[in-house]
Amino acid sequence: MSTQTLPYTVHPHPVTGIYSGKFGTWLFLASEVMLFGALFSSYVLLRVGAPEAPSPLHWPSHEETHLSWRIGGFNTLVLIVSSVTMVMAWASLKMGDFSKGRRYLWLTFLLALTFIVVKLSLEYVPKLRGGYVPAKSTFFSLYYTLTGLHGLHVIGGMVVIGYFLGPGAALWKRDPEYYTNRIECTGLYWHFVDLVWIFLFPVLYLM
Amino acid sequence: MSGSHADVSKHVRAYVAVFIALAIGTIVTVAAAQVHIPHPMNYVVAMLIALFKASLVAAIFMHLKWERAANIWILLALCAVFFAALMLLPSLTTFDLPKQAQRIGAWG
Amino acid sequence: MSSHDHHTQGHGSGAHHELSFWRHYVFSTDHKVIGVQYGITALCFLFLGFCLMMMMRWQLAYPGQPMPVIGKFFGEAAMPGGIMLPEFYNSLGAMHGTIMVFLGVVPLLVGAFGNYVMPLQIGAPDMAFPKLNMASYWVFAVGGIVMLVSFFVPGGAANSGWTSYAPLSVIATMGQTLWLIGMVFLITSSLLGSVNFIVTIIQLRAKGLSMFRLPFFVWAQLVTAFLLLLAFPPLEAAGVMQLMDRVAGTSFFMPEGLVVSGVPSTVAGGGSPLLWQHLFWFLAHPEVYVLILPALGIVAEIIANNTRKPLWGYRPMVYSAIFLGFMSFIVWAHHMFMTGMGPTISTFFATTTMIISIPSVIILTALVISLYRASIRFTVPMLFALAFLPMFAIGGLTGLPLGLPASDIPLHDTYYVIGHFHYVVAPGTIFGIFAGIYYWYPKVTGRKMNDVLGKIHFWLSFVFINMVFGPMFVQGLAGVSRRLYSQVGYAHGEAVQSWTITSSWGAWLLGLAQIFFIVNFFMSMRAGKKVSDNPWEATTLEWAAPSPPPHGNFTTPPVVYRPPYEYSVPGLAKDYFPQHAAAEA
Repeated sequence: MSTQTLPYTVHPHPVTGIYSGKFGTWLFLASEVMLFGALFSSYVLLRVGAPEAPSPLHWPSHEETHLSWRIGGFNTLVLIVSSVTMVMAWASLKMGDFSKGRRYLWLTFLLALTFIVVKLSLEYVPKLRGGYVPAKSTFFSLYYTLTGLHGLHVIGGMVVIGYFLGPGAALWKRDPEYYTNRIECTGLYWHFVDLVWIFLFPVLYLM
Repeated sequence: MSGSHADVSKHVRAYVAVFIALAIGTIVTVAAAQVHIPHPMNYVVAMLIALFKASLVAAIFMHLKWERAANIWILLALCAVFFAALMLLPSLTTFDLPKQAQRIGAWG
Repeated sequence: MSSHDHHTQGHGSGAHHELSFWRHYVFSTDHKVIGVQYGITALCFLFLGFCLMMMMRWQLAYPGQPMPVIGKFFGEAAMPGGIMLPEFYNSLGAMHGTIMVFLGVVPLLVGAFGNYVMPLQIGAPDMAFPKLNMASYWVFAVGGIVMLVSFFVPGGAANSGWTSYAPLSVIATMGQTLWLIGMVFLITSSLLGSVNFIVTIIQLRAKGLSMFRLPFFVWAQLVTAFLLLLAFPPLEAAGVMQLMDRVAGTSFFMPEGLVVSGVPSTVAGGGSPLLWQHLFWFLAHPEVYVLILPALGIVAEIIANNTRKPLWGYRPMVYSAIFLGFMSFIVWAHHMFMTGMGPTISTFFATTTMIISIPSVIILTALVISLYRASIRFTVPMLFALAFLPMFAIGGLTGLPLGLPASDIPLHDTYYVIGHFHYVVAPGTIFGIFAGIYYWYPKVTGRKMNDVLGKIHFWLSFVFINMVFGPMFVQGLAGVSRRLYSQVGYAHGEAVQSWTITSSWGAWLLGLAQIFFIVNFFMSMRAGKKVSDNPWEATTLEWAAPSPPPHGNFTTPPVVYRPPYEYSVPGLAKDYFPQHAAAEA
């Protein structure tokens, strides 16, 4: 329906030096910082307010939570590698190599899938079966809410990457620069998801 | 951010370097947790490593190192201030109460 | 009401290719259609929220008496024999607040006025992300529908107050779950909208329109968008956590050893009810400025236009708005003086609260000084804008005692608080909204609203709205709690019951006065006087576009040459000098 064209969707604004999509993505990420910030703040408040060890409501040590740092660490590495492949996808597209960029995007997608599969099959399902449900303690309330929300973000990222591998890829033929820009925005989001996990891992698995 | 081929291939080398740093960072975090650093230094160490890793991701992968758009920096500064208010103040609202009242304060 | 030229100039004008009805009016990406969609939806919700309140006023004025006429339609679960049950009263109270704030006023100020007027005022063809704009509206609509559905579930709609304080909200009936789901949708919609607004204002301004040539309304929208962007996510997180508490049995906000109606609660405990309050007010205090800043923006536009003078102190106003937005993030705990915070931190929040009153006063003062020695045109929008000033001042000044712990303690949770914030948002913001509707109606429809009906509407509203909220200060100072189902039966309540009855009659008469508005609104669409593109002889860019503006807004991209309010420039034949005029024609 576009009988008009909006300026600065592809090329940067001469004064602000940025195209609209990237600015919008950063604004969105700022709101995401506040979203996860509120949850981290809740973590701090609840942890500081928790009673000392003999009380049944004390904060569990990571021996008591039975969260495996091996699985958490593996998933950390998976996300870090996926960040690298994501940024390589952008770099390849930027250098005009569509098929290489596409391969990297596929890799990113598969790594995201690995993260989710590991999370569900090795952590959520056994934990829930073993009685470590969200209602068990404040720690598990936070664990499931934080990782669940993060997991939804990973799945959201997979949907976006999937779109640019599938129907969204047609844009490359029409306007390669536009497509590259959109991959850059996707990448910004994806690195943010990685960044959140970098904090979640020590907070939930190691501290 | 510049878009020429030479710049981008320079970036690629930075990406690989950051990847190695992040992998080492992850190993160090896990290792630090195993050696039982006394409380509360263990939190400080873990958070410092996480902060270091996060800044690498933000600076290199998210291209902030090459970012010249003032809007983004203003936005990030604002976000940092409000994030700090959000992180610190709820816990601080009981700091000047006696220990017992702090528990009550936190628990309602 | 249509904003599109096809409709008003006859179908098949052939200027654009035809869009289906659905793409044109329902799933449109045109900011003007979306603005009108927001406007109509939000006005309906505003009316609904008002109706809920009028029902509550019956119970307060005549407790225990069957409600005439309407009472028998509500069935045994809500109003057996026409007498309102306390649970139903609580639902009405909670939903009145929620609907008015999140589904009425904010969507009107930001969704409707922001969407429709802001891109026009900056000379943009549309919002930066038109599809995202459409998504914002539809996510908002889903949130609204979820809220409406909640009235019909067992136990009725949410009944823990619009603030949904835990632990009461966690153990409340199913309506609360729907409230939370609805809120998550509404918050998401606001977030998408605010991203769009900020990018549009920063990126899509017309050539020559520097930041300090922006109309004050656009500045107000920019600050508002930042507040929504950064303050809403914590409530979204809190909403998800409360949802977990209710659905998954977690205890984020549930303390240990909770006893509900004599029965010990089964939840594990370990949570903090205060955490909810922190996260809620971290949003809800900036939300107060979301409610008032765009209204100040509308009033500033109208005052400049009708005084035929540049705004006095435009730059200080802009700086004040930015400072106001910034400070609004660090005052939230002044809602929580009663929770047992320490004296140091209470003092901190009292101090920030006193500081934040300064920029509000600067803006208000600048607007009042703008009136000085002006030849004021008393048009209908101007009447509302003029009434806004003292009403907002009353609301603001009565807030000062609430910002100081010592005087807040006796006043907390009394009708004084209700009086205070309603003076800000009802005769304040809602008068701003009415002013805006009367002012921009010619732009949207090409026709003016009727003056006589408008003036009747204004004077009746002005008298009755004070009759509603003035008595609340008396009740509050007498110590009547805001959440009482009936104050009769308490000696201090009975002493001021006559004030309650006055207030209720004020509310019902105020409701009747709105008939003049509703009739005028619909009648003027067809029968209103046709006017030119710039009927108010205004300077800002929205008046450079045709009325109603076509798809893409401007026939030629406008170029801006001067600040926004160049009225009565010496040496010019006309008393206004539009921003886009290269030289006087």
